[in-house]
Amino acid sequence: MAQRFPLIVFAVVMALIPLIPGVPPFWIVLLDNIGLAALVAMGLVLLTGVGGLTSFGQAAFCGFGAYTTAVLTTAYGVSPWLTLPASLMVSGIAAVLLGIVTVRLSGHYLPLGTIAWGIGLFYLFSKLEFLGRNDGISGIPPLSIGSFRMLSPDTIYYAIWIAVLLSALLTMNLLDSRTGRAIRALRRGHIAAEAFGVQTPRAKLLVFIYAAVLAGLSGWLYAHFQRAANPTPFGAQAGIEYLFIAVVGGAGYVWGAVLGAGIVVVLKEVLQSYLPYIFGGQSQLETIVFGIMLVLLLQLAPSGVWPWLMSLLPFKPARRTPDTSLQLQHPARASGSSPVLLKIEKARKQFGGVTAVNDVSFDVNAREIVALIGPNGAGKSTTFNLITGVLTATSGKISVLGKEVENAPPQEVVKLGVSRTFQHVKLVPDMTVLENVAIGAHLRGSSGAISSMLRLDRAEEARLLAEAARQIARVGLSDQIDQLAGSLSLGQQRIVEIARALCVDPQLLLLDEPAAGLRHMEKQRLAALLRQLRDGGMSVLLVEHDMGFVMDLADRIVVLDFGTKIAEGTPAAIKRNPDVIKAYLGAAA
Amino acid sequence: MNTTILLFLLQDGITNGAVYALLGLALVLVFAVTRVILIPQGEFVTYGALSYAMLATGQVPGTAQLAVAMGLAAFGLDLFFARKALHVRLALRSAALNIVFPVALLAVTYKVAGPATPMAVNIALALLIVAAIGLFLYRIAFQPIAHTSVLVLLIASVGCHLALQGLGLVFFGAEGLRGPALSNAAVTAGPLRFTGQSLAVYGLTVAFIVGLWLFFGYTRMGKALRATAVNRLGARLVGIRTTLSGQIAFLLASVIGAISGILIVPITTLYYDTGFLIGLKGFIAAIIGGLVSYPLTAVAAILVGIVEAFSSFYASNFKEVIVFTLILPVLVLRSLAAPAVEEEKD
Repeated sequence: MAQRFPLIVFAVVMALIPLIPGVPPFWIVLLDNIGLAALVAMGLVLLTGVGGLTSFGQAAFCGFGAYTTAVLTTAYGVSPWLTLPASLMVSGIAAVLLGIVTVRLSGHYLPLGTIAWGIGLFYLFSKLEFLGRNDGISGIPPLSIGSFRMLSPDTIYYAIWIAVLLSALLTMNLLDSRTGRAIRALRRGHIAAEAFGVQTPRAKLLVFIYAAVLAGLSGWLYAHFQRAANPTPFGAQAGIEYLFIAVVGGAGYVWGAVLGAGIVVVLKEVLQSYLPYIFGGQSQLETIVFGIMLVLLLQLAPSGVWPWLMSLLPFKPARRTPDTSLQLQHPARASGSSPVLLKIEKARKQFGGVTAVNDVSFDVNAREIVALIGPNGAGKSTTFNLITGVLTATSGKISVLGKEVENAPPQEVVKLGVSRTFQHVKLVPDMTVLENVAIGAHLRGSSGAISSMLRLDRAEEARLLAEAARQIARVGLSDQIDQLAGSLSLGQQRIVEIARALCVDPQLLLLDEPAAGLRHMEKQRLAALLRQLRDGGMSVLLVEHDMGFVMDLADRIVVLDFGTKIAEGTPAAIKRNPDVIKAYLGAAA
Repeated sequence: MNTTILLFLLQDGITNGAVYALLGLALVLVFAVTRVILIPQGEFVTYGALSYAMLATGQVPGTAQLAVAMGLAAFGLDLFFARKALHVRLALRSAALNIVFPVALLAVTYKVAGPATPMAVNIALALLIVAAIGLFLYRIAFQPIAHTSVLVLLIASVGCHLALQGLGLVFFGAEGLRGPALSNAAVTAGPLRFTGQSLAVYGLTVAFIVGLWLFFGYTRMGKALRATAVNRLGARLVGIRTTLSGQIAFLLASVIGAISGILIVPITTLYYDTGFLIGLKGFIAAIIGGLVSYPLTAVAAILVGIVEAFSSFYASNFKEVIVFTLILPVLVLRSLAAPAVEEEKD
């Protein structure tokens, strides 16, 4: 309840504002506009700030929402309340169609692509006969409850702000959930998320649709607020402005959207009404000042106003500690009878003319620690990527528990009980250690976006977090559980990755240079942990350069050099192997 | 369809496409070096075109004063950022570039402006003014945030576009302007008539493509710019001044934009806000070119121009819709062809 307290205060304050005697009606209009803009910006917070997908086209989705209700109410006489689902649906369907094309685009193609279809749709709105071309559609009926018609700005005010508060609540619920973690992991690239079973294209499409539906809602409200719809507010300029609102407020924060909308709407209003007094009636002066202020603001606070305000708060919001007594079911997996857990037969990977992995074969048995060593560029990490499905083998066979992996995507490989860490740490730096580790348990939960928004996922969520907390305790990082992952040392981040991999409840753990960056004592603790895991029935395949660590720990060692296996055997045998010595130290003179 | 119309539309499309190609090239160049998606590219076009048109009527365009004001701001920023290690040479160099150059430009403009000024002088002045604005724009708006994300740079870019467009209205008014043609010569080939103006458009476009290709492939500076594009930090470590690279990119982009403007202002009437749409069509070409390939961008720009010419003939209402949705099939093809690559970004 303590976390809901500021929200309730805000809701009460917003509810009272129109009731204060003497509030200029013009302020209410401004607040209406702020609410409408905040709705769209909130979608952008999720899409751009959290998910990393920049869209300039959100105004077009407002257009879908507004025009849907405009056509249905004026041409077909449908009640405004019935057009709400229709408006949301049309925006959502448009988002699916555009999203399938758009979310696959990487990097800067994405924003440019959205500018292009944003402008295309704007011209479409302004040319179509049944949408009234440039003049648009007027005479849209107001919202009404019984005989109470929301004609004035201060009556529709409540409809708008209830929508804003509900959306904010649902959005925050969504972010604080299994699906939310998957969305928050998107911005840092998809490989890590996919390694734990997140269907990244689906997660991207989800946020895209979510943002579009929020924009559609704003459009629907706008149409009944203005009681008219024309193309201008749905053009490229508006799309840019919404993005600007999100960035000014702080693109990763739900309340940043509301704050940003407030700043921008009020600023524009002030500039429009006061600049002409100061400089005489020069037209478009507000655009100039607005543009300059925008650049200045970004130079002073590139991450937005909301996080800056939050950092000024004297107290930090307390975090709940997960109840670790809750148990999470072990994933159901086919337990093979064969003692061979992982079998690699003549795996080969070529990049153009380079053969990174050259017909390598080896096995990992149950309850065994195998080390994969070799000089830099020997193909160790490539072998890892072949096993986990990040790369597809040019030829050869890889099977887990007798089941051939055969170019399965990473999301399928992890279901077989194979989890991994990365040579270059892939954590989400602005999520806490607990949240990062919980991504590892993604496949052990099943709650979707809707149940997260409605908080129907709490029981499962508590179990997932409990499991994550247990694994964090197991690797000895309980003290850091609530710190942001990005604030830990590199060595600790590697340990966090191990905890995340353990959350899969794996049969085979693949560790890519786990000891790099660790201090002596930490290495010893890691070795003890790995032995304990092996004795508990897990197998470990690790790539490592620290020979002392490897020789002490591994049951068996496989040596690669230039993509080819040159030796395999016990640590003692490998130490004496002349080929290995030659590969590491060069030919004896 | 009648062959004459076909040829006529093709010619029209290629002429427009050549201009889009120039702008697309500039966008690719700036993005590659600085990661800025240069929305104000369109303003460079209108500033160049309308400054030239005003000079041709003997007036001094407001852009000359703007260059001085921006130079002052740039000088101030230079001094502010160097305040810990300020020395005379640095201050003098900054003053020469940021103050002496634009002030001298303004003085010369006042001195020579008149109805009888030769066209070549007007063109040179318009180009220099816009070049100065482009250079200072990078210094003021983008250099302080050069390390931030593409998104922040993009929003800053939008801010610049708004401010410059608003200033454009102040300088040039809401009325459209046309400038005098560079040449009144014309060549007739069958049913088609090639004006000297359109020939100049083709010639300059080809010259720029070849010039950029030579610059980036064969000069030290060009290679330094490419290195900056690939890895900013790495480029700094080997001694490339990345801020200089950014300034050069903006300088080139503003000159290319101004030239495009001067080339088209005798053909069509330009308004203070026309540049945005023209720049966006350059974008379409740049996106089709994947923001990396110059030849592909040029080909795509010609294609955009031709599609535009044909759709304005057959479905003039939906001309813009067609041009802007042209990009969707291209994006689909690109996303199908390109393997999912990991991006390390923040």
